[in-house]
Amino acid sequence: MSRIESPIALAPPAIGAASDARPRADLARLPWTAFVIIVVAVLVAVFAPLIAPYSPTEQSLPDKLLPPAWEEGGSTNHLLGTDLLGRDVLSRLVYGARVSLTVALSALLAGGGVGLMLGILSGYFGGRVDGLIMRVVDATLTFPTILIALLLTVSLGQGLRTIVIAVTFIIWARFARIVRGEVLVVKARDFVALARVHGCSDLRIMAVHVVPNVMNTFMVLLTLHVGFVIIVEATLSFLGAGIAPPTPSWGQMVADGRGHIASAWWLSVVPGAAIMLVVLAFNLFGDWLRDWLDPRLRQM
Amino acid sequence: MIEPGAVLLDVRDLHTYLHTRWGVVKAVDGVSFSVREGETLGLVGESGSGKTMTALSVLRLVPQPAGRIVKGQILLEGDDLVTKSEYQMRRVRGRRISMILQDPQTSLNPVFTAGDQLVEALRVQHADSRANLWQRAEDALRRVRVAAPEQRMRDYPHQMSGGMKQRVVGAIALAGEPRVLIADEPTTALDATIQLQYLTLLKDIQSRTRLAMLFITHDFGIVARMCDRVAVMYAGRIVESGPVRALFRTPRHPYTEALMASVPRMDANVARLPSIEGQPPALHRLPAGCRFAARCRYAEDRCRREYPPTFVVGPAHEAACWRAEPSRSGP
Repeated sequence: MSRIESPIALAPPAIGAASDARPRADLARLPWTAFVIIVVAVLVAVFAPLIAPYSPTEQSLPDKLLPPAWEEGGSTNHLLGTDLLGRDVLSRLVYGARVSLTVALSALLAGGGVGLMLGILSGYFGGRVDGLIMRVVDATLTFPTILIALLLTVSLGQGLRTIVIAVTFIIWARFARIVRGEVLVVKARDFVALARVHGCSDLRIMAVHVVPNVMNTFMVLLTLHVGFVIIVEATLSFLGAGIAPPTPSWGQMVADGRGHIASAWWLSVVPGAAIMLVVLAFNLFGDWLRDWLDPRLRQM
Repeated sequence: MIEPGAVLLDVRDLHTYLHTRWGVVKAVDGVSFSVREGETLGLVGESGSGKTMTALSVLRLVPQPAGRIVKGQILLEGDDLVTKSEYQMRRVRGRRISMILQDPQTSLNPVFTAGDQLVEALRVQHADSRANLWQRAEDALRRVRVAAPEQRMRDYPHQMSGGMKQRVVGAIALAGEPRVLIADEPTTALDATIQLQYLTLLKDIQSRTRLAMLFITHDFGIVARMCDRVAVMYAGRIVESGPVRALFRTPRHPYTEALMASVPRMDANVARLPSIEGQPPALHRLPAGCRFAARCRYAEDRCRREYPPTFVVGPAHEAACWRAEPSRSGP
């Protein structure tokens, strides 16, 4: 987590900023590979029915365990092979992107939003408010992730909604704690005191001075947690507490293939590679975003 | 010197206490002073003497929930600020009284351009269209003599020098056209040449707008340059106050005397710069008598028993020391 330090501390001073230093060089530094992976993943998720060659749930036992096209015995009918029930791995991967990204996005927005809000309140007001919120954060963080998810699955039933709630519950506390720390740093700086001297209300100070200064950290946290959330979803699905089969999710595909890793490696490796690529891409993107959001680094 | 006018800020018997786990810290303990229109009052004292806490009290920005104004009046143009609600105070801050802080590096929000911050400050005072606000922000920069303000408006704080930042901070402070400005060591973080420029700028603005300034500093050189009158604070109280000239020529309180003696001078050749021995008393365990007694070389029994009242020692010149008692001869 070393990347989530105060961006202020990381930023070297801009020496003799260029005469016409408006955002300019920023896009050139965008990690294109990562960006392309993210865009492709999102497009695939959105247009899954158009892209997938087969239905992700249609079984065809005679075609079971076909290897990918480039392996011996593979065919171009099933580019990435088929699974135990003869379902097309490529189609499942495409539909799986939908599930994984939906879960990631909604859980991040919900969990991140709650965390941001509570973190700001906690850091800004301090005292009893801070004590209360931070104890709840502590309590939340001590809960084993898997246990919460299993409990929720039992009480709410399997499904997308349950998993989003579970992940939200797990990540809000991490956001709240880190955002609070940032707010404490920002709050101690004179511009907040001066804003008060100029007659700003607490709400206005939070909105105008505190939020923009923690946004940076928040955005980086968001992108770094995309990977975490995808992995949590995969873990839960792997354990059977996630998305109910036959709906494909990447984690579940890895789980399904684990017994056949010696004979049919593609069942686990293909979705595993997809998880890895997307998580990596989001992390690289997060790194770039952090620099880009910092006005000091943007113009260098 | 500018001819002073009506009293704008009149602080009477102000007590601001901080309730900490070590007990009640009497940060400001019975401070009275007044500042007139067009006048600059210097507030001098060592660190922890209560200068900044006095300033924060005037703005009603004492750290919460530990700090509280327990007694006294703060009359701004005859209007008592102590009894105002937080909501009413918001309309006072920035419009009638404003403040500049020490460190320009952290006085500006790093994620916004100078223009955006000025516009924000102006908007809090007066709602207006963005184009108008932008225009007024540019004028505000021009008033603090920023060269090419239309370009500086688009600069982020990290692209500006310390002096430039402090000018922007000044422009923001003056955006609401306050009558009273509190400057809390505004030039401490600036280098010497920029310091002088900035002080001259403040003086010029004052002579145009007849601003009343409360100038907090520990630098007697700045006091001599900037202030009409000066008040010396020690352990939460004002121990001596008077016109700058009189106080410099004939300091009547041993603390003032000792402070001045410890300022390096070009004309005197001393082997070792005199310093004041010891530490100021802890503000939560104050002695019964004079607070300076333990460090004072003239201290007698009476000083340790009774806190001296404030004696008038000259025209508008007062000192809280038994040695200044009219029946006795001065130090």
